[in-house]
Amino acid sequence: MTTGLSRRDFLMTSGALVVSFRVASLLELLASPQGPFDTHPSHIDPAKLDSWIAVGADGIVTAHTGKCDFGQGIYTAQAQLIAEELCVPLHRVRLTQCDTSITPDQGTTSGSQSTPTNFNSSDLAQAAATAREALINMAAQHLGAPGGQLVVANGFVGTKGGRRVSYGELVAGKKFNLTLDPKAKRRAPREWTVLGKPVPPLDIKALVTGRFEFVHNVHVPGMLHGRVVRPPAVGATVVSADEHSVRGMAGLVKVVVRKNFVGVVAEKQAQAIDAAAKLKVVWTPGTGLPAQQDFYDYLRKQPSRDVMMVDSHDVEEKLAETATVLRATYCHPYQAHGSVGASCAVADVRAGKATLWSSTQSVYPTRQGVATLAGLPVENVRVIFVRGSGCYGLNGADTVSFDAALLSQAVHLPVRVQLSREDEMAWGENYGSACVVDQRAGLDAAGTIVVWDCEPWWVSLGGRPGYDHPGNVITGALAGYEPQTITPRAASRPAKELENGNNAVPSYVAGCIGGKCGGAGSIRSERVLTHTVNSPFFTGPLRAPLRLQNTFAHECFMDELSAQAKADPVAFRLRHLSEPRLIDAVKAAAQAAKWDARPSPQPDRRRGEVASGRGIACVAYEGDNGYAALIAEVEVDPASGRVQVKHFVVAHDCGPISNPSGLRNQIEGGVLQGMSRVLGEEVTWNEHAVTSTDWTTYHSLPLGIVLPVIDCALINRSDVSATGAGETAITLVAAAIGNAIFDATGARLRQVPFTPARVKSSLDVRS
Amino acid sequence: MTEGTFGLASARDGKDMPTISLKVNGVVHVVDVAPETPLLYVLGDELHLRGPKFGCGLGQCGACTVLIDGRAERSCITAVGGVNHAEIVTLEGLGTPENPHPIQQAFIDEEAAQCGFCLSGVILTAKSLLDRNPKATDDEIRQALAGVLCRCFVHTRMFKAIHRYAKSRRQ
Repeated sequence: MTTGLSRRDFLMTSGALVVSFRVASLLELLASPQGPFDTHPSHIDPAKLDSWIAVGADGIVTAHTGKCDFGQGIYTAQAQLIAEELCVPLHRVRLTQCDTSITPDQGTTSGSQSTPTNFNSSDLAQAAATAREALINMAAQHLGAPGGQLVVANGFVGTKGGRRVSYGELVAGKKFNLTLDPKAKRRAPREWTVLGKPVPPLDIKALVTGRFEFVHNVHVPGMLHGRVVRPPAVGATVVSADEHSVRGMAGLVKVVVRKNFVGVVAEKQAQAIDAAAKLKVVWTPGTGLPAQQDFYDYLRKQPSRDVMMVDSHDVEEKLAETATVLRATYCHPYQAHGSVGASCAVADVRAGKATLWSSTQSVYPTRQGVATLAGLPVENVRVIFVRGSGCYGLNGADTVSFDAALLSQAVHLPVRVQLSREDEMAWGENYGSACVVDQRAGLDAAGTIVVWDCEPWWVSLGGRPGYDHPGNVITGALAGYEPQTITPRAASRPAKELENGNNAVPSYVAGCIGGKCGGAGSIRSERVLTHTVNSPFFTGPLRAPLRLQNTFAHECFMDELSAQAKADPVAFRLRHLSEPRLIDAVKAAAQAAKWDARPSPQPDRRRGEVASGRGIACVAYEGDNGYAALIAEVEVDPASGRVQVKHFVVAHDCGPISNPSGLRNQIEGGVLQGMSRVLGEEVTWNEHAVTSTDWTTYHSLPLGIVLPVIDCALINRSDVSATGAGETAITLVAAAIGNAIFDATGARLRQVPFTPARVKSSLDVRS
Repeated sequence: MTEGTFGLASARDGKDMPTISLKVNGVVHVVDVAPETPLLYVLGDELHLRGPKFGCGLGQCGACTVLIDGRAERSCITAVGGVNHAEIVTLEGLGTPENPHPIQQAFIDEEAAQCGFCLSGVILTAKSLLDRNPKATDDEIRQALAGVLCRCFVHTRMFKAIHRYAKSRRQ
């Protein structure tokens, strides 16, 4: 692998990635061992050290990672990891991200999994530790001294007497020819000098001076511009596309129709836009959509695929005998990723090969998807990650990659496709799932929860294309590949211990099945039955997918139970939790916020005046992938129904922190994005199609708002595994704000978004 | 102006496109495009500038912002033919990674970015306001940024950076 690397010229200061072509030889490609990842075999063996780390004759350390940066800071953190483990200064580290010709297949960069995967004892971290130990062994031979007595620092291995040899001299650009050593020791957090420190983002200078290369900036010689023509209604199919309608238009190269996929290619971007607008396409009327106003009821009447997450088999019995039973239903809408930049990709498909420049989170699966769509052997396809606009999950990056591949293949030239805002928001996105959660819980006479029953319904259509389902996004579906749908099925009895992978299970249950307990709480009578139904719109992961929706329901319902028991919401939570790390997070948040312990709602509410209140929410993310508590302090104006968040306090535990400044950036952005989602964001539709297609119809908070103060209490633990951190805080925002509104006004918001109209009407219901 | 309404005249006439001369970041360029073409596509596709970016094409988000004679304008809804006598400055025209402009330095100091896609809108809109009115109040700053989106929600750090720059302008 190292032979091709010297031809890659990574310009650190400008952020420009100048990629020279290197297609691996067929022999190399055919030697495809099955890797340890839950992914397809790749030609780059992840068990080999040379797949991850290369040391140049100049001592520069280059690492190859399958986890790439969309703005979440993982580039800088991974560079810190390499610098730390190999004991080299940060400026001597280079990182190659997500390129199917160079980096190991690490699946998808998603789900708060980059840190757990690459910062503990496997993958990149294990490779780095293996490399350091290998360099020490080489130096021991070179210096004729026992390895145990050697010291590693600054890219040199030396004796205590002062004799030393540089990495460059030891390796001199050669391969390691070693396998990853599962026993290779990570440097202990107390020794860290680069990792764990607040290193500024390595890309920041290039970003703020406009030098950073986004996928939108990729130019390939001879590149043309493509534009897609999406159907006017959900389910509409092409009857005819009239090429005469655009004949003779300036710059037009080709009209491309493949089943229901329609696009145009032109010499210049404006010409492509123009031709796409003028092209006459006759479509069938579409399949129609359920009315949005009744959607949550509609959802619950659909055939569903059910999973029993946890069941103690005594829930009905306990509910019948408890002193007080509360019931509530919580509703969460479809929401958009709403990347600020509509997605873009460049493809060059010709002569039996394809190269794709894409901001996909999944270069290897996308490579397979392009191979399928273009009818090419997968080894003839190369996907190179280039950052796009922040995606927060499955935005239009995958679909536009397929668009570019189809259009390029049709003209045998490189084609750049830029989606329009409407292409992105009405058709390009796989929305975050709508969700309804019905809950029942019983309090005993002492005000302790003894039983909790929870039934969420959510929707699904398509999702990540993965390796085998190009139809999971709109382009693949239009081109004739079926999206994955739900096959209704009744729940079987739970066979496994607590399934907390999607946080459908409240944090307060013990999660005991068959004598094994897996929950973060203490309530032993419990049942969680999930229902998935087919969605009329494509769905896919959106930051904290389903965890956010379910946690909103659980944490607000917990607040209802706390109010019913006339208990302080913090104390009430602590009373029902068993997980020490979550307990610590709740306590840390309460302390940092100077929490005023008393039941909600606040006692001295005066009708007609602006009311203030505070609310708390907490979560053990995916059970064990991060712990956090969030307190929101809000003001509610009863005249307008407007909610103003004044203060957020976040307590956050993700194990050993890689970069505290980067972590704070993720937390601050997460809570404000969560605030935007809960206060205004909702995908809307009419009887035919989505109507939230731009920033006047999809309501994101802009930059020019009165901002809450955000305080972070970071809990840094060096004795546990590193967890994800990008999705924890956002998971809590809807519940914390909803609980604060209740504290301020006594009105309970059970449906997102908390628009002024909805807040006002809930105030009316209260009075 | 909506998408799909430009570039028609020259196409229908079948004539060669007129050339337009354009002064961007202090350099005069001659480009071969229809005058109705949005400035953004000329800056990105013809001049290969990376600062201004396509966000919405509707003037709603700010990602394509450039300075035209010192004022922050949306290049996605600005016809190139209308600005051929103007001084156009993009994000890369302010400073370099080695020698950033003070407002860029303020964003570096505050680490005020995540994906960075929105930065042309944020930095150039704030600069345009503060260069005209260094004493702009928080309300005035918010008003100027009411039509700028950052979907990573780096708002807190961006406001700190803007305040840092405003302070330096007032000194």
